[in-house]
Amino acid sequence: MAYDLPRSARIIDIQRETPLVKTFVLDTDIDAQPGQFIMLWIPGVDEKPMSIAGMRPLTISVARVGPATSALHDLTVGDYVGWRGPFGRPYRLDTDRPALLVAGGYGSAPLYMLAQQALAHGMDVTVAIGARVADELLYADRFEQLGVQLLLSTNDGSRGVKGFVTDAIRAQFLPDAADDAPVISDPDAEPPHGTSTRSLSLYACGPEPMLVALYKLCRANGWSGQLSVERYMKCGFGVCGQCALDDVLVCIDGPVLTLDQLEAKRDFGHFHRGPTGRRLEI
Amino acid sequence: MESIGTDQKETAAADKLDLGVTLCGVRMPNPTVLASGILGLSQEVFDRLAHLGIGAVTTKSCSLQPRVGWHNPTIVNWGHGLINAVGLSNPGVEVMVDEIRTAKLALKKHGVPIIASIFANTIFDFGTLTRYISEAEPDLIEVNISCPNIDTQHEEMFSSNAYVSAQVTRMVKRHARCPVIIKLSPNVDSIAAVAKEVVNAGADAICAINSLGPGIILDIDTARPILANRTGGVSGPAIRPIAVRCVYDICKALKGTPAQVIGTGGVTDARDAIEMILVGATCVGIGSAIYHHGFNVFNDISTGIQEYMGRHGYHSLEEFRGKALG
Ligand SMILES: Cc1cc2nc3c(=O)[nH]c(=O)nc-3n(C[C@H](O)[C@H](O)[C@H](O)COP(=O)(O)OP(=O)(O)OC[C@H]3O[C@@H](n4cnc5c(N)ncnc54)[C@H](O)[C@@H]3O)c2cc1C
Ligand SMILES: Cc1cc2nc3c(=O)[nH]c(=O)nc-3n(C[C@H](O)[C@H](O)[C@H](O)COP(=O)(O)O)c2cc1C
Ligand code: FES
Repeated sequence: MAYDLPRSARIIDIQRETPLVKTFVLDTDIDAQPGQFIMLWIPGVDEKPMSIAGMRPLTISVARVGPATSALHDLTVGDYVGWRGPFGRPYRLDTDRPALLVAGGYGSAPLYMLAQQALAHGMDVTVAIGARVADELLYADRFEQLGVQLLLSTNDGSRGVKGFVTDAIRAQFLPDAADDAPVISDPDAEPPHGTSTRSLSLYACGPEPMLVALYKLCRANGWSGQLSVERYMKCGFGVCGQCALDDVLVCIDGPVLTLDQLEAKRDFGHFHRGPTGRRLEI
Repeated sequence: MESIGTDQKETAAADKLDLGVTLCGVRMPNPTVLASGILGLSQEVFDRLAHLGIGAVTTKSCSLQPRVGWHNPTIVNWGHGLINAVGLSNPGVEVMVDEIRTAKLALKKHGVPIIASIFANTIFDFGTLTRYISEAEPDLIEVNISCPNIDTQHEEMFSSNAYVSAQVTRMVKRHARCPVIIKLSPNVDSIAAVAKEVVNAGADAICAINSLGPGIILDIDTARPILANRTGGVSGPAIRPIAVRCVYDICKALKGTPAQVIGTGGVTDARDAIEMILVGATCVGIGSAIYHHGFNVFNDISTGIQEYMGRHGYHSLEEFRGKALG
């Protein structure tokens, strides 16, 4: 992009999704791929990375977690925001294997576009969403309407499987596995249940502890995996170095990273950098 | 002085035309230098750049205490370069000492030196900071007295005043155990006069220029400045002719002294780098160009310089360095 100042757009619709998350629809379109993000400017406040949940019109779903997201939640229809992008590497859809999309936190937002893309390819799509309690399950209804197979989990058991999203995935795809340790599958063994679990492609976005658990699950079962990772961002285009995860710049090399890209990274699951650039424990 | 270019011969043999330079006694495999503030935070990223053929790296300017910097937007592309008001965010010298130490070990394998950039609010603090940063044993120290984005505590940048610049230089030199580079601002009447003063005060090299400005870019729909700090330093292709003129003036003024110059400002390709060398720069700082060309920009520039040398029958950079100075 030769000219990349934030472009202003008006908010044309705001929907409450969960107690923490609102969806904002802007009066502008974007050409992007699932997993890419924009830098969203709240004039006079801050500018933060947000995943693209919809393109026509540009739609984002935002959890209220701090000053910038609170300021955004306080805006109303007709207010201006700015955006630049799209940035980052998207998910690459593997049309040869059934897709398992796994969302935690706001992760449902980027995966929603991916689910649409996969369905358009006539693929077999399962979406697993995890949350603490039932009313924090983001986009459960939207995914249901798309017609994907839905796998829900809540920590308190108020909806779906009680426990973590990985528990729901194990129960569905690895019913014979021990609960505690990941299973090292014998590459020559018959997969359980007729469906070849070894041939799954997993796409995830959510809190890093969840991504680490999924990384292990994928490695243990020979699944391919693409995980969308979050790091503190300033420029969004590979100049400031703030988003470094080891030698990976999450804004341009990611946010979607393959298992191999995350292999042996000392930061993954352990450290991120705060606004000063200092490594902090996750 | 320690020379870390042990792998140098191998690289030179493979590339046939020698791009190696010696900056204040420190050997570099080629004249490309990562400018301060760009990707300059983590050892792993430095290592990645070394694998991709960079000549030297400069760390992000660090201060005694950690700094959060300004809110975003801090860096945007305005069409002819970048404008930034990062606000010198950095994790503080304690953390940077660890990063530099570890980075140095990895970079040594590639013969790539590391330049530690420092910045302080007072002349006294520059001394303290130099003592701390020296614990990391960087190959060189670069003193940032020219950031246009931190005017709240100061009436003006240190580098606006030749006398104050010289005082900072003396303070850093007193505590440094390696050569010292002073980084200057183009926003002065005579950058050459400032350069002369700091060299008289003991500076081993000059880095010119820091970003120009500050400037303002508005969002016309909301009638607001886009940068959270309102104003920011201008860098990239738009400032290159000014940077080249500054390096030209400085090199002319410093003729006859041993001081060397890192020519920085808007260098985007080999042509621009050659231009800097022709006006006398020993090596060439590259920052904003990463926005357009990514990490390969360093290697691309080296390759382009070699092509130019081949075309003109040069065997080393010395043969054409300063040729435009007359
Ligand atoms: C690629 C990417 C896509 C994202 N997509 C979404 C999304 O679709 N919906 C959503 O609700 N959130 C998303 N986030 C997270 C969102 O950017 C942060 O929640 C937001 O920046 C918090 O700002 P704050 O001022 O409200 O909170 P703060 O109190 O400042 O921070 C709360 C948390 O957000 C993180 N954070 C703060 N600033 C940044 C920053 N500049 N870059 C990255 N992380 C930051 C902090 O590390 C902290 O963990 C995404 C982050 C990334 C990196
Ligand atoms: C995002 C950004 C951050 C910068 N941070 C610093 C810094 O911390 N210290 C410093 O001395 N210069 C800093 N600079 C200035 C650059 O090192 C360089 O002098 C200037 O950008 C001109 O070179 P360029 O056109 O190649 O970018 C920064 C520049 C940019 C674009
Ligand atoms: S956010 Fe600046 S390099 Fe990634």
